[in-house]
Amino acid sequence: MAEVRDELKYTESDEWVRIEGDIAVIGITDYAQEQLSDIVAVECKEVGDRVKKGESVATVEAVKAASDIYAPLSGEIIETNENAVSSPELLNQSPYNEGWILKLRIENKNELSSLMDAEGYKKKHES
Amino acid sequence: MLKKTPFYEKHIEMGGRMVEFAGFCMPIQYKGVVKEVLSVRECFGLFDVSHMGEIKLAGKDAENFVSYITINNPKALEEFQVQYSAMCYKDGGIVDDLLVYKFPDHFLLVVNAANTEKDYEWIVENAKCKMQNVKWDVVVENISEKIAQLAIQGPKAEEVLKPMFDIDISRVAYYHSAMAKFSGIDVLLSRTGYTGEDGFELYFDAKHALNVWDALFKEVPELESCGLAARDILRFEARYCLYGNDIDGTTNPIEAGLSWITKLDKETFIGKEAILKAKENIKRRLTSFVMERGIPRKGYEIYKDSNRVGTVTSGGYSPTLKKGIGLGYIDVPHHKSGGTVDIVIKDRLEPATIIKGAFYKRGRGE
Repeated sequence: MAEVRDELKYTESDEWVRIEGDIAVIGITDYAQEQLSDIVAVECKEVGDRVKKGESVATVEAVKAASDIYAPLSGEIIETNENAVSSPELLNQSPYNEGWILKLRIENKNELSSLMDAEGYKKKHES
Repeated sequence: MLKKTPFYEKHIEMGGRMVEFAGFCMPIQYKGVVKEVLSVRECFGLFDVSHMGEIKLAGKDAENFVSYITINNPKALEEFQVQYSAMCYKDGGIVDDLLVYKFPDHFLLVVNAANTEKDYEWIVENAKCKMQNVKWDVVVENISEKIAQLAIQGPKAEEVLKPMFDIDISRVAYYHSAMAKFSGIDVLLSRTGYTGEDGFELYFDAKHALNVWDALFKEVPELESCGLAARDILRFEARYCLYGNDIDGTTNPIEAGLSWITKLDKETFIGKEAILKAKENIKRRLTSFVMERGIPRKGYEIYKDSNRVGTVTSGGYSPTLKKGIGLGYIDVPHHKSGGTVDIVIKDRLEPATIIKGAFYKRGRGE
C-alpha cells in the first residue's frame, strides 16, 4: 500500500505539497513513484521562473514514460532539488523527504483550499 | 470485457500491476521494471505470454500456402524448426510479424495478441482464393484460447529448466523446438524469445496452466516474474520490432530492416511485386539511435539541420546501456550509422547518434 502522509496536501495529479510559511515544497507521492517505477531523470524549470497553478514545472522521466509535474499552486520557483536531479532514484526511494522536487514562494494562499488533505487523497486511490 | 490468461489469479497474487493490453488484462510490472529487465539480462525471468495468438494450418497444401502468405521461406524449415517471418498485404504493408513452426503434419503461426483476429480473417480469406484455379487444400484453425504460453528467458534459463524435462533441453538448438514432458505435462518447448537473451517458450494446453506454473515455482522459487514493461524494453534493446510501433500496415519490410526475412527469390507470395518495386527506391529506414542527454519517446519528431526527417517509433531508457535509446524511421540518406540527428524533446533539440543494429547483443552488453 502506498504511503500517504497526514501533514501534507495533495493534488489530483499525484503531487504532494508541504506548506512552510510562504513556501510550498513540492514532490510526487509514493503512489506516483510506484506507478512510474524506476525514475531515471528529473528536469525542472529554472529558479526565478514564475508559474501558474496547473502549469508544468518539471518532467519526471521513468524507464517507460515521461510525466509532467504540475504546479499545485501559483508562485515563483525559489529552489530546485539538485540532489534529485543528479540522483533521480531519490524520488523512488524517498518521495516525501530527499526526493522533493522544488520549492515555490506561494503567490495566492486562497489556492490552498483547492488541495486535498491526506484523507481525501487516500479516498481517491481507494476507489 | 477484457480477456484473462489462465495465469490471471497468479499475477494478482504475486502483486502484478494489471493493465489492458491487446484486449487482455495483463501485468505491466511486478517489483520494478529495471529489476525485472536486469534479472533477465543476468539470470532469468518468467513472462506470461498466453495472450499471443496461435493459428494452426493443416492440409495437403499447408506448406505452399504458408509460403504464399508469408515473406520468409517455410520450405527451408526442418520439422520442429522455427522461423521468424511476416505476412504482408498486396501493397507490401505488414499485416503482422510472427513465428512459423513446422511440424510433421501441420504448421503453427504464432502471432501478436492484438492481431490474432485480424490475422485469422486475413488467412481464411486468402485460403478461399484459388491458386491457378485450384482451391487451396488447407484447414485454418485459431487455437489461441486453448493454448497457454510461458517464456523463461535469460542466460541461466537452460540451467534451471533442464532438470524439469524428460528430454535434454540443451540439445534443442536456437529457433528449434521439441515435444517434451514438463512435470508430467505435455509441452512444446521452443528455444525462442523476445528478449535478446537465450531462453525458452513453453506452449501447452491451457487447462494444465496452473500445474505448470506451480511446478515451475516449486522448483525455482527465486524465479522473477516479469511484466509487459520489462518485455518491451528487453525486445527494444535487442532491436526486435514491435508491431503497432515500429512496423504496421503502412511500413514495408525492407524499410523496417527485415530484408533478411524477405525472400524475394521465392516464386510468389502476397506483396512480392510491391516490395520488389519499393526496394528500388527506399526513402526511409528504421534506424537505431542513442542519446547522451534526454530520453526519446514514441511520436517525438526527428530533425536534421532544421529539416524534419523522421519520427520516433519506439523510445525509452535502456537500463542495460543506462541511456536514452530510440528507433524511428529516418529519411535516406540521414539514416546512416555514425551520423547524428536531433530529437525534439519539449521544444528543445537534443542530439542523437545513429548506430547500426541492436543496442544490446547477447554476451556483449553490460
